[in-house]
Amino acid sequence: MIEAYDLHFVYPNGVEALKGVSLKIRNGEFVAIMGQNGAGKTTLVKHFNGLLKPTQGKVLIDGVDTREVSVAKLARKVGFVFQNPDHQLFCETVEEEISFALKNFGFKENVIKRRVTWALNLLGLTRYRKTSPFMLSGGERKRVALASVLAWNPKILILDEPTIGQDYAQKEKLRQFILQMKAQKKTGIIVTHDVEFVAECNPRVVLMSNGKIVADGEARKILTSPEILEKASIIPPEVSRIFLELSNIGFPTNVIDIYEAGEIILDFWEGKRREHV
Amino acid sequence: MEKQIFKTDRKMPIIEADNLTYTYPGAEKPSIREVSLKIEKGEFVLLTGPSGCGKTTLCRCFNGLIPHFYEGKLRGEIRVAGMNVAEHAIYELAKHVGLVFQNPENQLFALSVEKDVAFGLENLGVPREEIRKRVDWALKVTDIYELRERPPYELSGGQQQRVAIAAVLAMQPEVIVLDEPTSFLDPLGAKKIFEDIYRLNRKLGITIVLVEHRLDLTAKYANRIIIMDEGKIVLDGEPRKILVSEEVHLMGIGIPKVIRLYQFLKQRGKDLGEPPLSSEEIAKKLRERLGR
Repeated sequence: MIEAYDLHFVYPNGVEALKGVSLKIRNGEFVAIMGQNGAGKTTLVKHFNGLLKPTQGKVLIDGVDTREVSVAKLARKVGFVFQNPDHQLFCETVEEEISFALKNFGFKENVIKRRVTWALNLLGLTRYRKTSPFMLSGGERKRVALASVLAWNPKILILDEPTIGQDYAQKEKLRQFILQMKAQKKTGIIVTHDVEFVAECNPRVVLMSNGKIVADGEARKILTSPEILEKASIIPPEVSRIFLELSNIGFPTNVIDIYEAGEIILDFWEGKRREHV
Repeated sequence: MEKQIFKTDRKMPIIEADNLTYTYPGAEKPSIREVSLKIEKGEFVLLTGPSGCGKTTLCRCFNGLIPHFYEGKLRGEIRVAGMNVAEHAIYELAKHVGLVFQNPENQLFALSVEKDVAFGLENLGVPREEIRKRVDWALKVTDIYELRERPPYELSGGQQQRVAIAAVLAMQPEVIVLDEPTSFLDPLGAKKIFEDIYRLNRKLGITIVLVEHRLDLTAKYANRIIIMDEGKIVLDGEPRKILVSEEVHLMGIGIPKVIRLYQFLKQRGKDLGEPPLSSEEIAKKLRERLGR
């Protein structure tokens, strides 16, 4: 479990990035942290693996104060994939990149081999096993960074903008993977601007603006409230925008799922439904 | 590929690739294979395809990064604004083609935003007054005028992306190639950038090549979509035709939900006519059909 109590953080240059954030994330939850550029999203999640320590307030991971453990120790439990893969990659081949942390954590050779093969396969990188990460495209490098963290199977996984540069098929795989994590009672936290991806995953949404949490609830509710979203510089997902536009002819306004949307439109078309009940 | 026999004045290709194949140094297989295409002046082209399909590589050919910077093996020919890319230096090409990268950090290096945006113009020997004017204009269009004295490395990813776009805009090139230019921006910020790019295309006639996965946000601005897969161009045409084609659905491209809804309804015998490209368009059609 992750707990943050009245968390404040001031960067050395004086910018106050977090202005009193309190939040609880239980084991097995899937949370999307959303908000405008500079809202403090990345700063917040960097507290969850101890990369940053609170200026004021505290963060507990499974009851342990992050100020009292090293990042190296926390990392075993909390995996973090950066927004920009180039901040993370440094090995000569994709394979070495993925095995690096496993070696550091002292996994046995045969386990490392198995894990690496598994991660390569999961992220569609098998053919790049011996390739330098820097020869790969932006989207592929991003997946190498993800693979290198997934390989050690952390209990809590934090992904900063995981869908940037990813195509539809890759995003779908990522979504399936996150759902699987959830089934295993693992915690998944994504920081993202990708409203369509969030609409498809339907997680708990924590909306941030200007260093504070401004809304917290299920995606279906938050992503269909334009007034709340606007504060965080976010536009409702496509399906929601269509339904919001049609609210004056009786369409419900809390729909984000495309299949549900299709059925509702059909019902209206066939006269089975006049108004949202 | 069909050869153009008569040159017409009305339409002139600003980018023309003929049988282009390129292999990075040390790579076993080519990243783009036998690509032939013509982009006319003033077009707004959306270039998309699965991750690793060769989109970025093709863009690097447009401004000469390939072959001049990346070296490797280039076969076939590519001409931009009438110049054979292989025979002209990057700085010459830069007056005609601006490239905005996926990752703004690869592009920014100066100590202030303003200096970064002015850098290209200073190198071309543009008069001081003109530099001032163009830099201010580019900073305002991208909404970063207030940040002009800040160092780029202190800015957020989204802000940096705007600086990179402003730096290219200031050069006022005929073609701007943008490789997922808003991936670090929040949705409102991204929407604003796309609208700005569209305006540059409409008002100034700048040819746009936009690389994007998110067709839901961008299809409505484009007059043409080019889809690549495994280094080749596999589909090329008008967005409304391409997005409802059978092939596109088999390719793992993110079809906008608006189109998916349109097609779902069509399969159930509910035809909305011409395929919509935005939520506003489909909502309008549905209101006309279902409103009382």
